Amino acid sequence: MSAVSDLPAFPMTRLTPFDPPPGYAAAREAGGLARVRLWDGRTAWLVTGYEQVRSLLGDPRISVDRRREGFPFPTPGREALERSGRTTFVGMDPPDHTRLRRVFTKYFAIRRIEALRPVVQDIVDDLITGILADGPPADFVTALAGEVPSRTICHVLGMPLADRAHFQALDHERNTLTTSPENVIRATNEMLAYADELIERKRREPADDLISELVADQLGGDTISREEMVAAVRLLITAGHETTTNMIGLGIATLLQHPDQLAELRAAPSLVPAAVEELLRYISIFHISPTRVVTEPIEIAGHRLEAGDGVIAAVAGANRDDAAFPDADAFDVHREARHHVAFGYGVHQCLGQPLARVELQTVVETLFRRVPSLRLAVDPAELQVKEYAFLSLAALPLTWDEPREGR
Amino acid sequence: MMIEVEIDQCVGGGQCVMAAPDVFDQDDDGLVVVLDENPGPDRADDVALAARLCPARAIRLAGT
Ligand code: HEM
Ligand code: SF4
Repeated sequence: MSAVSDLPAFPMTRLTPFDPPPGYAAAREAGGLARVRLWDGRTAWLVTGYEQVRSLLGDPRISVDRRREGFPFPTPGREALERSGRTTFVGMDPPDHTRLRRVFTKYFAIRRIEALRPVVQDIVDDLITGILADGPPADFVTALAGEVPSRTICHVLGMPLADRAHFQALDHERNTLTTSPENVIRATNEMLAYADELIERKRREPADDLISELVADQLGGDTISREEMVAAVRLLITAGHETTTNMIGLGIATLLQHPDQLAELRAAPSLVPAAVEELLRYISIFHISPTRVVTEPIEIAGHRLEAGDGVIAAVAGANRDDAAFPDADAFDVHREARHHVAFGYGVHQCLGQPLARVELQTVVETLFRRVPSLRLAVDPAELQVKEYAFLSLAALPLTWDEPREGR
Repeated sequence: MMIEVEIDQCVGGGQCVMAAPDVFDQDDDGLVVVLDENPGPDRADDVALAARLCPARAIRLAGT
């Protein structure tokens, strides 16, 4: 076996903003996975083949428990974040994962989330009305992409809208790869305190929202302790936030760079759900995760993974596998993309995906219908796709034609 | 085609409901319910997609 210093370093840098680093294709060609070197000198398996990602994320011989020896982290700050504070079900294996996730599955059932469409539609319409009233140009990351998920989650969980700036800032600090370990821990603890207060408030003054229902269903019961509830509520506040924000921003940017397909979408809104699946696949904001550690030896694609080996199941690589998506590097709203793994795979697959879909579909359909002349206000090369915990877009300056006087 | 689901394995999320809403639903806990255990051949593609999308491999198809 080659020396550790000869292995490619991870995380890898992208050459173009919308495409995974070349090392992902190299790992895929090497049977779907290859060893990489992490900042702390340890190694891990970078998995970028579609079948291999699905197979490993669905394998019970693999753990999400960040405290286990060998668990891979992309940076020291990330290690601090993922090992700090109370973990919740995203960092727990069955049976605890099953017990806790099942407390929350009912709130994210398809039918309940579909019933939120009118609420999300109002949020999106209000924001667009405001943007149009202020006139062009506008930064759509702050004006729209950051607002839709935070307003939606405030509505769903029953949080005051005014609180969103507070948790947005904390969340961003946690997700920035360069944040120091101390600051990551402080931000996490502040969020836990916020979640604790929210639960307390809903206990005293229940309203028509998820947290009130959760408190009524579960607080004081045998299934979930108060501490576990606080940690899970912290996850619900943040999980759907930067993820969906970045998908909205990068999604709009992607569509604007494919004007022919965008014109087709405008002409046939029934294409929007398929286009959203293709955006999720093509962009795959989870570019360096999900991560796992092996607990029992696994043979896969001619490799033997030993207990204690770190696994980086980069869905951004799997979603560009030609074996699963012919001509995978091409963006094509007409392709069948529903089997993408942008929301992960296995028992931890995203619980909030129905909500993310409703938000994305509503934004795409409404924005381009109401503002057909929308276009980039800068050169596409100036768009800054940042690689941190997820791919993110720092700013999205857009412009449009204002209606002429007298119309 | 016969559909069997392993409810103990289900993790909610409703991929199956999205793929074939006339065949799968979710109960009050958000876990899978089969509405039609023996759907006609015209539903075969969507049901196969549901089984393929299920992240917990909780859906098994038997026969044709
Ligand atoms: C486009 C937006 C989103 C993307 C791309 C995304 C992606 C993901 C991925 C890849 C995972 C799996 C992590 C792992 O396997 O370790 C996950 C888990 C999770 N997501 Fe999302 N997510 C999004 C939006 C949301 C929303 C809106 C919510 C809800 C408010 C949410 C709640 C969760 C929760 C609770 C988990 C943990 C599930 C578990 O461990 O059982 N996500 N998400
Ligand atoms: S797709 Fe699988 S895990 Fe998801 S709700 Fe259906 S049966 Fe359950």
